[in-house]
Amino acid sequence: MTSHRTARVALIDRSKPLDFTFDGTPYQGVEGDTIASALLANGVRVMGRSFKYHRPRGPWGAWVDDPNAIMSVTLDGRAFPNCPATTTPLAEGMQVRAVNAFPSAQFDLKGGLDLFHRWLGAGFYYKTFMWPDWHLFEPLIRKMAGLGDVSRDVLEGYASDQVYDHCDVLVIGGGAAGLAAAHTAAVAGQDVVLVDDHPALGGGLHQWATIEGAAPADWIAAQVAKIEAAGGRILRATTAFGVYDHSMVALAENGPFGTAPRLHRMRAGRIILATGALDRPITFANNDRPGIMSIDAAGEYLARYGVLVGRRIAMVSNNSNADAAEALLSEAGADVRRIDPLLGPLCAVGGKRLKGLVQNGTRTAADTILASGGMTPLVHLWRHAGGKLEWCADRQAFLPAAGPEGMCAIGAANGTFDLTRALEEARAAGAGEQALRAATTYRLSPLWPEPGSKGRQWIDFQHDVTLKDIELAARENYVSVEHLKRYTTLGMASDQGKTSNMAGLAAMAAIQGKPLPEVGTTTFRPPFVPVPLALYHGGHGGQLWNPLKRLALEPQHRAAGAALGEYGGWLRPGWYGAGDAAEIIRHEVLMARASAGIMDASPLGKIEVMGPDAEAFVNFVYYNTIKTLKPGHIRYGFMLTEGGVIMDDGVIARLDENRFVISCSSSHVDAVRSHLEAWRQDGNDPDRIFIHDVTQHWATVTIAGPKARDIVCGLGLDLDLSAEAFAHMTLRDAEFDGKPLRIARVSFTGDTSFELSIRRTGAEALWDAVIALGKDTGAGPIGIEALSILRAEKGYIMIGKDTDGETMPHDLGFAIPRLKKKVPFLGDRSLHSEKANATGRKSLVGLAVPDGAAALPTGAHVVEGKRSAGYVTSSYDSPTLDRPIALGLVENGTARMGESVEIWHLGATRQATICAPCFFDPDGGRLHAE
Amino acid sequence: MQIFSCPFCGDRPEAEFHFAGELGKVRPDTVAQVDPDDWAGYLYAQRNEKGPVREVWMHMTCSELFMMERDSVTMAVLSSKSLRKVAP
Repeated sequence: MTSHRTARVALIDRSKPLDFTFDGTPYQGVEGDTIASALLANGVRVMGRSFKYHRPRGPWGAWVDDPNAIMSVTLDGRAFPNCPATTTPLAEGMQVRAVNAFPSAQFDLKGGLDLFHRWLGAGFYYKTFMWPDWHLFEPLIRKMAGLGDVSRDVLEGYASDQVYDHCDVLVIGGGAAGLAAAHTAAVAGQDVVLVDDHPALGGGLHQWATIEGAAPADWIAAQVAKIEAAGGRILRATTAFGVYDHSMVALAENGPFGTAPRLHRMRAGRIILATGALDRPITFANNDRPGIMSIDAAGEYLARYGVLVGRRIAMVSNNSNADAAEALLSEAGADVRRIDPLLGPLCAVGGKRLKGLVQNGTRTAADTILASGGMTPLVHLWRHAGGKLEWCADRQAFLPAAGPEGMCAIGAANGTFDLTRALEEARAAGAGEQALRAATTYRLSPLWPEPGSKGRQWIDFQHDVTLKDIELAARENYVSVEHLKRYTTLGMASDQGKTSNMAGLAAMAAIQGKPLPEVGTTTFRPPFVPVPLALYHGGHGGQLWNPLKRLALEPQHRAAGAALGEYGGWLRPGWYGAGDAAEIIRHEVLMARASAGIMDASPLGKIEVMGPDAEAFVNFVYYNTIKTLKPGHIRYGFMLTEGGVIMDDGVIARLDENRFVISCSSSHVDAVRSHLEAWRQDGNDPDRIFIHDVTQHWATVTIAGPKARDIVCGLGLDLDLSAEAFAHMTLRDAEFDGKPLRIARVSFTGDTSFELSIRRTGAEALWDAVIALGKDTGAGPIGIEALSILRAEKGYIMIGKDTDGETMPHDLGFAIPRLKKKVPFLGDRSLHSEKANATGRKSLVGLAVPDGAAALPTGAHVVEGKRSAGYVTSSYDSPTLDRPIALGLVENGTARMGESVEIWHLGATRQATICAPCFFDPDGGRLHAE
Repeated sequence: MQIFSCPFCGDRPEAEFHFAGELGKVRPDTVAQVDPDDWAGYLYAQRNEKGPVREVWMHMTCSELFMMERDSVTMAVLSSKSLRKVAP
């Protein structure tokens, strides 16, 4: 085996073997392994296929920088797509499959696609699949594209905890610099939180022989002990994946595999970035072959997992970091040959098994090639927070420059690659001191892609972007880095360009003959590593997101067999009883027309407006004149937006001189309340008007039907209920069961109706009494579905259903206040705009169908030729009239009574006749019946 | 997530707030003739300034409107002030 486990002391527990499979073959790793390290320990190096050409790939990196080894992992029957092999900890029983490869990464049926690479360059899809229609090709391409398959199973219990936290100093990165900074800050009495994305702290320190005279493991343990003794907190396996507005740092804390990470929204007084740096690839021919890795990755595999990645290693580096790595790997038993990439173009030889490296006609035999083209500091979070970057010619890298307030970068993230200097910088930062970046002993020779050079040279491994694709993009004038990125998909893979961006920018700079910093970088955006969407979502779902409002009478409804459903945010009875719902609803309607329907109308809005300026205020917020409303009386009206559009309808009752109750639509209460509240404080004296939403304080039982008065009489209230004494659209106070009872005579069904409101605690007694009395007259409870039909029979509208975002009151036939109301009111000027005065506005009408025809579908269009001239807003089979009825908004509808129109729905055309919206009892005789 | 400061309740997460409008927008006197352009400007025109802006926000949980000064580029909240004549 080329790569293998050595006896070197590492951060694994060799006494705990873990069995797993990869593409169906069983393997064994140990506790502390990642999937990648375990596979390498077993000599497996082909861990995936590239996105476009299906080229065999092995890991380039040992951690978050790896673009190649992506796995679908099944554990305990739960499947997780797109797990990076290099960062996913191995667990017993894992079934691991390479994504984008079938049947296996080693032997992939689509591997032959690579032969056609000449025709699959950048922009291939845009150019090829245009004719005759992209949509013809889309399904097949979608099937071929993408990485892992998402399981259709719901992962029960996969929910992210959401934590809001704060601290004085947040240190991001638990390498040498991060540990030293956190230690200094913690012992100085600061509340410190240190986060590191590895399960084991130390960063790259494990590759070192000693630090400050101690073994790395001992030094790290000592730092941790001191930080914790000083009260500091350490979050391991936790990635700081984004800095958001107002310096909120988002942390994803990973638990065991298969559990959702925990989201911390961390706010810190100061943020210290010790995020380190990455080795960047060298661009040469066939530089994507399995067995070509970063020098740093080889060191990490050895130091953390005891895995030596190869036996005969060709080491290619342009910088001084390679010396230590060479010593480390040689000591572990590898045969390391150094090759200077500046001496001539390189070409890797071999396929799935690497054979060697050719330079200037000389072939160096090697089973592994380790490369480093220099260090790239991880400045992602710095850029998220708005920090600037500057180009450093010595280091050939972008380094943090002017910083965001409260943030500093230290160690390798700041370009300080020397350990001693990084520690000095870290301790200064921990103490809150401003430190200037020290000179570095790190040396490198600039080495960037050479446009025009031979061979297929990979820039972006995961998305298969080669140097030739960059050259093609430049020829086609996609020269801005943001255009280059989108045209070639450079840096758009799941690693977001961690390995590819610098080479891509440098290639574009070289093609254009510009200095690299002039080309600039693309925007760094969170998240730094892929995180599951469940992380953002947390528990914000269902009842925790939008809790249902519950009725005081819910137990009574349940006992009566109600079909409870969500209507406008409330859990309400749709109808009562099991069986054929349509038939039950029909019976409820007929009962309400024959005797009476008893309904829980508690969700109906009850917003009290009080105070010396209340009258002027309601007169302003209503379209209708409210000023003339007498105490004890009720008026129907509209509230408009400033745009003149109907926002809500309902009745308003005047209790006394300075007190009103607005009865808005059940589902609009919250919106109406904040609308009123905003106007109360805008242009009014809020100390003279008070708004109080008492909707949930009162339960309302509505009795509607010819027998309604008999039922209410049966309650034995001390009140004259005759039509003369208690007329329609008036209000009375009474008492029931020792509690105040408010009775309103308003009707949403067209029949005699009483709305009885009592405080919530009195609801049960009132409901039981009314139901008992109803039994004697053949009346019973009805649900919201029956009410919807009853109101439609009368042509009574529901806002948002029978009106849309353009409907003004005169479209519904309420034109008088628009013409006569003399004082300002909300939306007044908008009712006289060009649009409001236009002919052809949609108005509310009824739509009748020929005898024997079925009900029109709601949403069907009234068509004139090929254009829509309106649509059906409500449609039912009316049980009362025993025929279909419908309401609609139709252009010029009011002026077209009796006209026959064409109705179109899903390709079918039907006929209907425009009629008045009121289908039942148009004279209103039943409303005022004795 | 931004932190806004309600003059009544103190610092709270942005999700508790609702934008009401730019400060200084006065409702035209609709009893008099209002030019269509003026009305359209009142309804829809926003200054959308870059840099420090003064806006009216509502803190939904206490329902109070207040003036907030913030920087539309850096997102920094510069100040917030009650709109009450006599601040409570």
